[in-house]
Amino acid sequence: MRVPGETQTTLGERLGTRWRRPPLVQRVWLRWLLMIGFSAYLVAAIASVEVNWSRVYEGLERGGAFVMAFTSPDFVSRADAIRSGMLESIVMTVASSVVGILISIPIALGAARNIAPLPIYIVCRGIIALSRALQEIIVAILLVAIFGFGPLAGFLTLSFATIGFLSKLLAEDIESMDRSQAEAIRATGARWSQWIDYGVKPQVIPRLIGLSIYRVDINFRESAILGLVGAGGIGATLNTAFDRYEYDTAAAILILIIGIVMALEYISGIIRARVQ
Amino acid sequence: MPVAETASGPVWRLRNRNQTLARWFVWLLGIAIFLWCWQRISDATTWFFVWDAPRIAGDILDRATPPRWSYIDKLWVPIWDTLNIATLGTIGALVLAVPTAFLAARNTTPSALFVRPIALLIIVSTRSINSLIWALLLIAIIGPGVFAGIVAIAIRSIGFCAKLLYEAIEEIDQTQVEAITATGASRWQVMLYGIMPQIMPAFAGIAVFRWDINIRESTVLGLVGAGGIGLQLQASLNTLAWPQVSLILLVILVAVVISEWVSAKVRGAII
Amino acid sequence: MLQLDALTKTYKTGDKALKEVTLDVPPAQVIALIGPSGAGKSTLIRCINRLVEPTGGKVMLEGTDLTSLNASALRRERRRMGMIFQEYALVERLTVMENVLSGRLGYVGFWRALTRRYPQKDVDEAFRLLDRVGLLHMADKRADQLSGGQRQRVGICRALIQDPALLLVDEPTASLDPKTSRQIMRLICELCAERGLAAIINIHDVALAQMFVARVIGLRFGEVVYDSAPDGLTPDKLTEIYGEEDWEATIEKVDDEEDQTIEAAQ
Repeated sequence: MRVPGETQTTLGERLGTRWRRPPLVQRVWLRWLLMIGFSAYLVAAIASVEVNWSRVYEGLERGGAFVMAFTSPDFVSRADAIRSGMLESIVMTVASSVVGILISIPIALGAARNIAPLPIYIVCRGIIALSRALQEIIVAILLVAIFGFGPLAGFLTLSFATIGFLSKLLAEDIESMDRSQAEAIRATGARWSQWIDYGVKPQVIPRLIGLSIYRVDINFRESAILGLVGAGGIGATLNTAFDRYEYDTAAAILILIIGIVMALEYISGIIRARVQ
Repeated sequence: MPVAETASGPVWRLRNRNQTLARWFVWLLGIAIFLWCWQRISDATTWFFVWDAPRIAGDILDRATPPRWSYIDKLWVPIWDTLNIATLGTIGALVLAVPTAFLAARNTTPSALFVRPIALLIIVSTRSINSLIWALLLIAIIGPGVFAGIVAIAIRSIGFCAKLLYEAIEEIDQTQVEAITATGASRWQVMLYGIMPQIMPAFAGIAVFRWDINIRESTVLGLVGAGGIGLQLQASLNTLAWPQVSLILLVILVAVVISEWVSAKVRGAII
Repeated sequence: MLQLDALTKTYKTGDKALKEVTLDVPPAQVIALIGPSGAGKSTLIRCINRLVEPTGGKVMLEGTDLTSLNASALRRERRRMGMIFQEYALVERLTVMENVLSGRLGYVGFWRALTRRYPQKDVDEAFRLLDRVGLLHMADKRADQLSGGQRQRVGICRALIQDPALLLVDEPTASLDPKTSRQIMRLICELCAERGLAAIINIHDVALAQMFVARVIGLRFGEVVYDSAPDGLTPDKLTEIYGEEDWEATIEKVDDEEDQTIEAAQ
């Protein structure tokens, strides 16, 4: 079982020698460079963080007050603002998910190399890259500047973000699909649209549904912060609550968000189990 | 198999009549809900501004180009802060996520009845709330600055990392753990030799993946005052200094691309 | 040396895996445990070192009742029982040397385990064992780079470095080819003879068991139905253990033509 060229060691040579675990990085200089470099960075980074400890200490009391607020959340005093904000968040989530999913399907088809011709592929991949590179909140700022305050900017932001997310994952799924099934449909003389309908669609539908529900979940969570920059939703109410130190109202909103996210996760688990 | 009887003989159908009706109903309901949502958005929108949007967009673009390159001198410190928020936040999150994951995984939790639900609650609640909201909260508590940003990123990432990590722990090969237990190893030694080596690749992957996401998130934390390049973005937006905005956006874009490249490289090296 | 007294295991589902198994293993005796799948062979082995918690009866190891021990005392006793597994159960991402040294975990503290600073005595013993099974040159390879037979040798080293009095061997050859199976069985039996160890080898290959051991125990539905020398395994007896089948071909003595293979393999 000895491979030729391997160092032959005898028991006599190894007895009494110390044993060390072989290091992860074989080259000694590189290992030290990485270790020293990382430690130096950490020291520099920590040193550059200014912490006002007395301020933090004072804050602990407020932090305690906030944690306590979770035991007595106040849904009532700002009930109207919470209700309309939540409704706006949900409305934005639903509308943007529908539009985003509808647009991302053709883009996903275009971004799958085994279906689309090269020029279309490049264009679609470009759209995906752009959408993924831009943070939701930054897109929201720009769209608020262009379209004015309100849920329209938030709706457009979330739709745009959905496209990048869904098209990319769906395109990867299409690219890794079973070729023989698609070929069998093509062999029957089906037109392109029929080929997509019978050869491709059945293979990617379960994944599309799973990803779509996941994205609804993400869209809802994101919709909660778009209000911070004026793009509609519960975020504005939440921001006001924090500004006024109304921790019980803030706690109520956060509990609602967590509750809805948990409910969505629960529902998505059921639906995913059913489609697979 | 549903077969419809027609005057000209039986005809095969994919679904029978009730199924078809039910499907139509679901579709109709879905469309109605969407239209209602759209109606609400439309009501809350000042359409005059929207029709004016192309002109405004053109105007902003006009003012934003060319970027004010000289402004980059003022951005080096914020960039450094942003990097630190992401890195230190990720490290902090990992330190807290590892014990949480061990408490949440079915095969390592000390008590499935009491401890596990608490760990899962921590995971769900930290995961559901965006880092910007955590930042808002922390600024209210400990004041604005980089430190609030680090803590916000760390808290937000606990749930994400712990969830992926506990799933990895639940998938380990139990016989390796059994073998180490059989040697007479203590509980902690079993963890060290039986479990840790098996989850190390997942752990490294998760760490790098989350660091990549955190770079993106820390670029905008400054919008609410939690340090980093977002502060400059907010200041430039407030003064309508569009050439500075465009430069900052370019810097963020470059940072995102670099972090994605680094994380892809590191992941490739590990796996 | 090892006595099982009315050892019983009933799973939560109500399955009775072991029904009052009583057994006496004298020092330095190698025993083969045979029986059909589901007869409780694996459960029996795991009940001895309490990887599976028995529901009744006693396990006496050199006068100590293992079933009554608390966690830390059980860990001390587990050091005296080396275990060898069916799918090797090596920690795949650790090196061969780390896997062997992990057999000493019961003797070293947490920090030594964490920093891999084992006493030189242990390291030397690990080298000696690896040399004995012909894998010294593989010491710094990762376990998942090894072939099946090599991995099982590392598993054997891990069990032996515990300095055990008893080996518990669970289907050591189930995932190996016939030739490697025999090499591994021979190695285990040789090492037991060299060190005067008792062993319980759980094996489904009757012919292999007959080749190497002096005492065979047949288990069926959690009960001992045969306990004697391998020669006594007549077709009737096998039918009693396994059920109806033509046994003539199975128990035909296999020629021991491969005596040299283990040296060749090294």
